[in-house]
Amino acid sequence: MLQITNLHASVEGTEILRGVDLSVNAGEVHAIMGPNGSGKSTLALVIAGHPSFTVTQGSVTFEGVDLLELLPEERARMGVFMAFQYPVEIRGITNAYFLRAAVNTLRKARGLEEYDTIDFLDVLEEKLKVIGWSESFLSRPVNEGFSGGEKKRNEILQMAVLEPKLAVLDETDSGLDIDAVRLVAEAVNSLRSPERATVIVTHYQRILNYLTPDYVHVLYDGRIVKSGGKELALELEEKGYDWLREEVVAG
Amino acid sequence: MTSIETHVRKPYEYGWSTDIESDLAPVGLNEDIIRLISAKKSEPEWLLEWRLKAYRHWLTMTEPRWPNVKYDPVDYQAIHYYAAPKQEKQLDSLDEVDPKLLATFAKLGIPISEQKRLSGVAVDAIFDSVSVATTFKATLKEAGVIFLPFSEAVQEHPDLVRKWLGSVVPYTDNFFATLNSAVFTDGSFVFVPKGVRCPMELSTYFRINAMSTGQFERTLIIAEEGAYVSYLEGCSAPARDENQLHAAVVELIALDDAQIKYSTVQNWYPGDEDGKGGIYNFVTKRGLCRGRNSKISWTQVETGSAITWKYPGCILQGDNAVGEFYSVALTNNYQQADTGTKMIHIGKNTRSTIVSKGISAGHGQNTYRGLVKIMKGAENARNYSQCDSMLIGDQCGAHTFPYIDVRNSTATMEHEASTTKVGEDQIFYCQQRGLSAEDAVSMIVNGFCREVFKELPMEFAVEAQNLLGISLEGSVG
Repeated sequence: MLQITNLHASVEGTEILRGVDLSVNAGEVHAIMGPNGSGKSTLALVIAGHPSFTVTQGSVTFEGVDLLELLPEERARMGVFMAFQYPVEIRGITNAYFLRAAVNTLRKARGLEEYDTIDFLDVLEEKLKVIGWSESFLSRPVNEGFSGGEKKRNEILQMAVLEPKLAVLDETDSGLDIDAVRLVAEAVNSLRSPERATVIVTHYQRILNYLTPDYVHVLYDGRIVKSGGKELALELEEKGYDWLREEVVAG
Repeated sequence: MTSIETHVRKPYEYGWSTDIESDLAPVGLNEDIIRLISAKKSEPEWLLEWRLKAYRHWLTMTEPRWPNVKYDPVDYQAIHYYAAPKQEKQLDSLDEVDPKLLATFAKLGIPISEQKRLSGVAVDAIFDSVSVATTFKATLKEAGVIFLPFSEAVQEHPDLVRKWLGSVVPYTDNFFATLNSAVFTDGSFVFVPKGVRCPMELSTYFRINAMSTGQFERTLIIAEEGAYVSYLEGCSAPARDENQLHAAVVELIALDDAQIKYSTVQNWYPGDEDGKGGIYNFVTKRGLCRGRNSKISWTQVETGSAITWKYPGCILQGDNAVGEFYSVALTNNYQQADTGTKMIHIGKNTRSTIVSKGISAGHGQNTYRGLVKIMKGAENARNYSQCDSMLIGDQCGAHTFPYIDVRNSTATMEHEASTTKVGEDQIFYCQQRGLSAEDAVSMIVNGFCREVFKELPMEFAVEAQNLLGISLEGSVG
């Protein structure tokens, strides 16, 4: 589904990704871990197409299509979703309005009928259950006045509504208390299916207790230096990242 | 930020002109021109005298230089002060109006044919210096409401006009208002008698067509005790390389328990993307809440004009009077706006609310300038002001000059201000959810303006949203 080959990317002339290789198939959950500054968020933003980053080498394809040639909205319409580490606020636009505008743009792009207000409320009601929210969140402006945890949950609500094929979660678990982490994990689990894939970028192992990844990768200094199963995450939790430095230097 | 810095404006949608023969006054300004205008309108002697007094006073005045805008000096002798489409005198019905004029307004989406009865809004359509048609006159007459072109009101209700003209904006008021008092041509006159709630929205549409002309309209609205009226104005002009002057005066008077709601969607030609051409919009608008419990609300959406200079204000004279000002001002390309309000609290328990939203894109410069003045006798006066600025790109500017003058210690004043930048991150966030960059900007800007749009009558709110979208089109690449 997602094929990343020798990806190099830089921001303002500084190279952050230095040759990332990653292959994600439908139905899989991948966790990408690594210390601060290793390039985890950059990788997520490059997949989504953030204009601040320049890809200098390598390729990213999604279902055989060259993603790097597409605008961010075109990627989204293909089914690529990113949950942001720092979701923005949009004043004066309600959550419900924003969600409907987004879902209808995607439906239109896929040749599906757009939801009218009433149908959409039914859809939303179902999705709100996923994150345990009341309808009152729908009439609040997008992320305005939301706590950090509420903003993260709102990202998950958007993911649930937009039903992406590939979801990239950028540190969705950081800054959340343990109950919220479990809730986010459950939401991700409930969306798991053989047609979909999830890439979770995280600093901590704890969210992986609730959603079992098929693969764990360690991103270090702009490269994936180690890949393994879920046990790799536990090893990292126990030993930290320093031992990897030695391995990389020795390597 | 390169994607936000690319500014290519979509061509102004109303920039075409109507090929129609004009009856033009000779270029320039002197007492003879004023006599000519007055004679064209068959005005009574007192009105001519009033105009001449204004003109003589104007000669002693200098153009204000304090606004935060830059432009080349206006040559007041290079303007035609009167322009009218040539037509046979005295029209008895709309059928006799030149089809070219009807077509012009149809193209602008203004329903002046009553058969259409679109949205039940009574319209006065003004083309250059004259009113072309006023719809629903009969329906309004039944309700006792007078809604007439100003020049007809002078003929039919001279006493009312004489009583109120200049009572809120005297002919000595300021450079542009004084010029208007000398040379004003047409505009709308509204009178809602005691206890009457005007049965429909009243609307005036102003269209500048002729070249090298100025438009100087005069609008006067009087709501007697307990009356209510909602009035809308819209405007547009052809795209021309020259700068054209528009210097209007609007006076509102609300007596005891009366309420006037005045909404503007201003879309004069803003000039091209290099700042060439465009309308100079130098306007004086003021409402007098003369009676107890009276209320005047100004709502404006200013997207056009090369330069905007206007401060619709309220004089809160009656006890418990309420003044409101809701504004969205957008400047794109090289547009400049210096706009805001004046709230003068005189009566006891008077209240005012100011909500101003300034949006700057391209090389636009947007200034909020507002005065809140609490006079000595204004016990328990209250004001709430909110001034928000939004910047799109990094070549534009937002400026705020709030003046507060409080002379009574029982007053309560609140002032909030914010400046936000529509950043790449906000746009990217929306794009990641599938929206195009342009839809994203449009959504962000509309959200920003929501508090003002909800004050507009329904049809206008939709028009205003679309207009903002169009005016910003191309402001992100």
